[in-house]
Amino acid sequence: STQEAGLTNGTPVETSSPASVSSLFNRLQLDDDLDADSRDPYGCTETRDLFVTVDDPKKHVSTMETYITYRVSTKTTRIEFDLPEYCVRRRYQDFDWLRIKLEDSQPTHLIPPLPEKFVMKGVVDRFSEEFVETRMKALDKFLKRVADHPVLSFNPHLNAFLSAKDLNKRQGLALLTKVGESVKHVAGGYKMRARPPEFCAMGEYLDTFSQKLGTIDRIAQRILKEQSEYLTELREYGTLYSSWAGSEEELRRPLEGVAGCVTTCCTGLEDLSENMSQDFLPVLREYILYIESMKNVLRKRDLSQAEYEGRLEAAVLRKQEDRTPIPMEVEKCQDKVECFNADLKADWERWQSNKRQDFKQLLTGMADKNINYYEKVMQPVINDTLTRFK
Amino acid sequence: MMMADSGSSEEVAVIGNTDITSTESENNIINTMVERGTALLKKMEINVAEAEKRTGKNTVNMQETYTVYLIETRPVEAVPEGGTPAAPDMLWRRYSEFELLRTYLLVTYPFIVIPPLPEKRAEFVWHKLSADNLDPDFVERRRVGLENFLLRVASHPLLSNDKIFFLFLTEEKGWRDAVLETGFQDKVDSRLKSLSAMFRVKNPDKRFTALKQYSDELNAVISQLLRVRAKVADRLYGVYKVHGNYGRVFSEWSAIEKEMGDGLQSAGHHMDTYAASIDDILEEEEHYADQLKEYLFYTDAVRSVCKKHELLQYELEMVAQDLAYKKQQREELATGTVRVFSLKGMTSKLFGQESQEQRESRLAALEQSIQEGEETVKEKNAECQEFVRTAWKDIERFKEQKDQDLREALISYAIMQISMCKKGIQVWSNAKECFNKM
Repeated sequence: STQEAGLTNGTPVETSSPASVSSLFNRLQLDDDLDADSRDPYGCTETRDLFVTVDDPKKHVSTMETYITYRVSTKTTRIEFDLPEYCVRRRYQDFDWLRIKLEDSQPTHLIPPLPEKFVMKGVVDRFSEEFVETRMKALDKFLKRVADHPVLSFNPHLNAFLSAKDLNKRQGLALLTKVGESVKHVAGGYKMRARPPEFCAMGEYLDTFSQKLGTIDRIAQRILKEQSEYLTELREYGTLYSSWAGSEEELRRPLEGVAGCVTTCCTGLEDLSENMSQDFLPVLREYILYIESMKNVLRKRDLSQAEYEGRLEAAVLRKQEDRTPIPMEVEKCQDKVECFNADLKADWERWQSNKRQDFKQLLTGMADKNINYYEKVMQPVINDTLTRFK
Repeated sequence: MMMADSGSSEEVAVIGNTDITSTESENNIINTMVERGTALLKKMEINVAEAEKRTGKNTVNMQETYTVYLIETRPVEAVPEGGTPAAPDMLWRRYSEFELLRTYLLVTYPFIVIPPLPEKRAEFVWHKLSADNLDPDFVERRRVGLENFLLRVASHPLLSNDKIFFLFLTEEKGWRDAVLETGFQDKVDSRLKSLSAMFRVKNPDKRFTALKQYSDELNAVISQLLRVRAKVADRLYGVYKVHGNYGRVFSEWSAIEKEMGDGLQSAGHHMDTYAASIDDILEEEEHYADQLKEYLFYTDAVRSVCKKHELLQYELEMVAQDLAYKKQQREELATGTVRVFSLKGMTSKLFGQESQEQRESRLAALEQSIQEGEETVKEKNAECQEFVRTAWKDIERFKEQKDQDLREALISYAIMQISMCKKGIQVWSNAKECFNKM
C-alpha cells in the first residue's frame, strides 16, 4: 500500500480499533491475576495505562537494502503522550536504538534483552516466515516488558519510539554508541573492595541459571534431532503398511487403518517439533540474553560502588592530611550507589517474579503440547482402526 | 474381547479392555488353535514350560553351551473338586531336534504348509536388543515360539496324527532313532533339488502361480516392515531417553530456586519416569514383531509347496512328452515314414533296410514301452491331481488362519499404541501439575 512507501516514517495511521481504551481496561482488569507472590514492589499494577503491541511484519525493498518493518501500536491514557493512540512502523535498528538509549539513560535498571542482532547470511534466512515470526514475538516481548516497567516506561526515548514520525536517530546513533562505551569506562580506574553478599548471591544465581538454561537448550535441540530422525523412519513405515494393504483382501482395512494412524503420528510429530523450535527455544534463548543484561547491570553497580569507595578513600586520606572536609561529590556518589542498589534490588524482585511466571508458562506449554500430541495420535486408533477391525 | 461403539457420534468409542498385555494376546492365538480341537489336543495339553542352559561335547568333541527346552504334556481331564491336576510328563529337547522334526514333516507332507520354527538367530534387532542366542530375553521369546510351533502342528487336522510328532512329545530317548528309521532323509535331497531347480513348466496351474507370487510379495513386504520397524524402535528409544536429561537438569536447577524448586524437582522425576517407560513399551512390541516373523517364515513354507507342485507338474509333462514321442516313433515305424529324425532310421537308410523281423521286434518293444509309459502318465497325473487337491485344501485353511492371526496381531499392536499414548499423557500431565506448582 502507499502508506508503506515512507520508510521509517512513523505517520500515525488511522486505526479502526474495535475496542476503546477504557473497555480494554475493563477486559484487562478482569484478566489481571495478582497473587501475593507476584506483587509489584513499585506499587499497584491494576491500573495499567500503557499498552503496546508489535505485529504485521512487512518487507521493504529499496536500492540500498532490503529489510523488515513491524507495526508498533500504542494505546495509553498517560498525559506524557499527546495522543491516546499511536501506530508507527519500526525496524530492528530502531529497537536497538531504543535499547541503547535506555541502557545509557537508566544505568541502574535492568533493560530487557533484544533478540540477536546479527544472523549469519547463508545460514539463516532473514526473510523466512519463521525467522520473522520468531523475531517479531521477541520484539513484542521486549517492548511489553519495557512498557510494564514502572520507571523505564516513563523514559522519554520510549515515548519518542512509540510516537515519533521520524526517529531521526541516524546521525546520533554512531555517536551515542561511542558515548555509551565511554560511560562504561569512567569508573575504570577504581577497584571495588567487596561485592555485598546479596549481590554476590545474585551473581552466582545468574551464572548457574544461565548454565542450566544452556543445558536445557542443548537437550531440546537433541530431542528435535531425534524426533526428526524418528519421523523419517516413521514415514517409510507408514507407506509399507499401505503397500501391504494393496495385496490383501480381508486384511486390507486393518492395514490401511494402521497406515492412517502412522500418518497421524507423523503430522503430530511435525507440530510438536515446530512448536519446540518456534516457541520453546526462542524464549529459552532470550532468557539467556536477559541473564547477560542482568549481569551487566550488576557489573555497572560494582563500578559505581568502586568509584564511590575510591573517591571516599582519597577524601578520607586528604582529610587526615589537611583536614579538608569530605567533598559533596563523595556524598553524591554514595547516594548514587544507594540508589543503584535499591533500583537493582527492586528490579531483581520483579525479574524473579516475571521469570517464575514465564517459565511456568513455558514449561506447562511444553507439557501441554506433548499431551496434545499423544491425544491426537490416540484418537484415530480408538475411533477408526478398532471399528475397522470389527 | 472389546466393544467398539461406532454408533454414537458424541461419545468416543468405548473399548472394553485396552490394556491387553502381549502375553494375553499371545494366549488369544493359542486359545484359537486349541479351540480348533484336533483329536490330539482334545486329549493332551502341550506346554514348552522352561529353558535351561547345558554344556556338553558336540559332534566334533568340542565343549559347547546350548539351551534345552522343557516340553510338558498333560492329559486333558476334568480335575475333581479340591483335587490337584495330574503331574505332567516332561522331556527336554534342544533346538536342533525341533529342526529335525520339521525337516521330517516337510519331506513327509510336501503338500502341507508346515508351520515354521522361531528364528535360529536373532534378526531385525534394534540396537538395544541383544543378538546373542544365549541372551535370556531371546531365549524366552524362543521358548514361546517353540510352544507356538508345537501347538500349530498339534492343531493341524493331518499333522496332529503323525506318529513321529507324537513320539517327539513323549519319547525323549528313542525319538531320534525312530525318525531316522522312517528313511525320510532319502527324500531330503530330492526336496532340496526341487527347491533350487530351475525348470520351465509348460502349463502351470494359475492358482499356484498366483499363490507363489503373493507369497513372494508377502515375504518382501514383511521383511521390509520388520527392518523399518527396528529402525523406528531405535529412534523412538532415542527420543524417550534424551528426555531423561531433563530430569537431571531440573533437579540441578531446583537447587538454586526457592518457590520454583519443589515443582521443578518433582517434574524432573516424571521426566525420568518417561525416559524409563520406553523399555517396557519396546519389549512388548517385540511380541508383535515375532508374530510378523512367524508369517514371514510361513511364506517359505508356502513357497515350498508351490515348488513341489511345479516339480510334479514338470515331471508329468516330461513323461507325457516322452510318451508322445514314443507314439510318434511307433507311427513312423508302422507306416515307414520318417518324420522325426532318428539315428536308427538314418543308419537303416544308409546301410540298407532292416529285415521284417527286426522291424517287428522293434515295434513290439516300442509297444511295450508305450504301455508302460501310459501307466506312468496315468500314475503321475493322479499323483499331481491328488497333490493339487490336498495342497489346495491346506492352503485355504492356511489363508483363513493367516487372516485371523494377523488381524489379531494388528489389533493387539493398535492396543499397544493406545497404551503407550495413555502412559505418555499420564506422565506429561503429572509433569504439568508440577510445573503449575512452580
